[in-house]
Amino acid sequence: MSVLVYTESEQGKFKKAAFEVASYAKEVANQLGTTVTAVAINVEDASELGNYGVDKVLNVSADTLKDFNAKAYASAVHQAATKEGAKVVIVSSSADSKTLAPILAVNLEAGYASNVVAAPTSTNPFTVRRTAFTNKAFNITEISSDVKVVGVSNNSFGLVENSGAAAAESFAPSLDDSLFGVKVASVDKVSGKVTIADAEVVVSAGRGMKGPENWGMIEELADVLGAATACSKPVSDLGWRPHGEHVGQTGKPVASNLYIAIGISGAIQHLAGINASKVKVVINTDPEAPFFKAADYGIVGDAFEVVPTLIEKLKEFKANNA
Amino acid sequence: MKILVCISHVPDTTSKINFTEGDTKFDTNGVQFVINPNDEFGLTRAMWFKEKQGASVDVVNVGGTETEPTLRKALAIGADGAIRVNAEATDGFFVAKQLAAVAKNGGYDLIIAGRESIDYNGGMVPGMLATLIEANFVNNCISLEVDGTAATAMREIDGGKETSNTSLPLVIGGQKGLVEESDLRIPNMRGIMMARKKPLNVIEPTDAAKETTAVKFEKPAPRGAVKLVDAANIDELINLLHNEAKVI
Repeated sequence: MSVLVYTESEQGKFKKAAFEVASYAKEVANQLGTTVTAVAINVEDASELGNYGVDKVLNVSADTLKDFNAKAYASAVHQAATKEGAKVVIVSSSADSKTLAPILAVNLEAGYASNVVAAPTSTNPFTVRRTAFTNKAFNITEISSDVKVVGVSNNSFGLVENSGAAAAESFAPSLDDSLFGVKVASVDKVSGKVTIADAEVVVSAGRGMKGPENWGMIEELADVLGAATACSKPVSDLGWRPHGEHVGQTGKPVASNLYIAIGISGAIQHLAGINASKVKVVINTDPEAPFFKAADYGIVGDAFEVVPTLIEKLKEFKANNA
Repeated sequence: MKILVCISHVPDTTSKINFTEGDTKFDTNGVQFVINPNDEFGLTRAMWFKEKQGASVDVVNVGGTETEPTLRKALAIGADGAIRVNAEATDGFFVAKQLAAVAKNGGYDLIIAGRESIDYNGGMVPGMLATLIEANFVNNCISLEVDGTAATAMREIDGGKETSNTSLPLVIGGQKGLVEESDLRIPNMRGIMMARKKPLNVIEPTDAAKETTAVKFEKPAPRGAVKLVDAANIDELINLLHNEAKVI
């Protein structure tokens, strides 16, 4: 009967989102008066989950799961849910979790609510608050099926410390060859860089930077803040920055704590993708730029003067507050 | 190769989002509807398969008669035929069930859907559909090549991209990258005229229980005005971000 949570990892270490979904699972378990079981795949040490209220961890260790495989991962989580008799399964909103959740939901005959931003307002009927219309509205959704899958938006519930035993147990799901119809041939990933999905701070720049040769200061600012770098659509269309950095409606969604937009006018398609960020700062020469209407803080000024000063002042600030 | 492209009929990005009937229904009054952008990238890639590899391309939507202009637009862009499942798209699972029935009956090899619709943003239909018809599945797909029954697909992952080898039948959750924005096609007069003569078959839905219900919609609280900081006073910005917003 426990609440099952899929705690995602990368190269043997939990992602930050894993602790957020564990925190969320604990809240749901409290509401239902039950415990939290996590399923972790190829994680070296899962004890850290105890800090977020996880009672038991099912450790799956399998070479065949070295690369993410949507069907095989979904099957592993499905089998864990069946073993635990879980009625509620919690996943994150990472690219991988959003891929496996619909498969899992069909296999569990479960209703699935994605983009959930708050703890259930009721567990009977099971009711959650989700974003819709690219963050221009909330959709209050009831899940009526016996088993439920809840996808929690990144950076929405936050980390909540709780103590749990995180008792480790090996778990070996049976994974049929037929699950592996998609085989990873190669992965092209910049290592050691904060990803837009995981970042608490995102520094994003647009056409106002005038050319790709001027991105040095954007990267330096991101570096000082421990931030991910992003860009507007025109910038990726012009080939100044890789497509993977494009944020907005047709690009990557951003839900960071702080989003700094430099030389981005704030087209509606751009704002749709970054609206879920909590605090937005805009730096733009044009006081009429639409972004000023969507931002919390703004500086009307030239990025080429403001950004270097901001970097210098932030370095001082970080040194004094270390 | 038989391709099915799933088309969501969604409000244009610039639409005002309002609700009616006690905040339980999206207010379509004065709203312009378009092909879901993520689906349009997939449709355009399908056109490439049609022109270069002789594929046939059908489009499908689950919705009422009001969605037919959106299907006609897809026909005008170049799809060969359209299917409308005559039902209100109540939740992701219900829609996936309808699409699965169409996909099975039509014997499609490749099914292209958008990674999510820009209205409800559920992102669940492609994965559910792939599971229901037991096809291979690649989500967040940014590049797709098909050679016989073999396929190579690239997907966007957090912080990079991943290339996979797979085979038909295949379901794709597509997005920008399948084609570029500049590759998107605006229907010309000839396409619009031809679209009128192309088949648009209306079929009745198969039974499927919905598992989730949108009971109410809410709009976010109006935001306060931007606080402007003088460009010469960066210390003030840092102070606000640290002490007021508490984000650094």
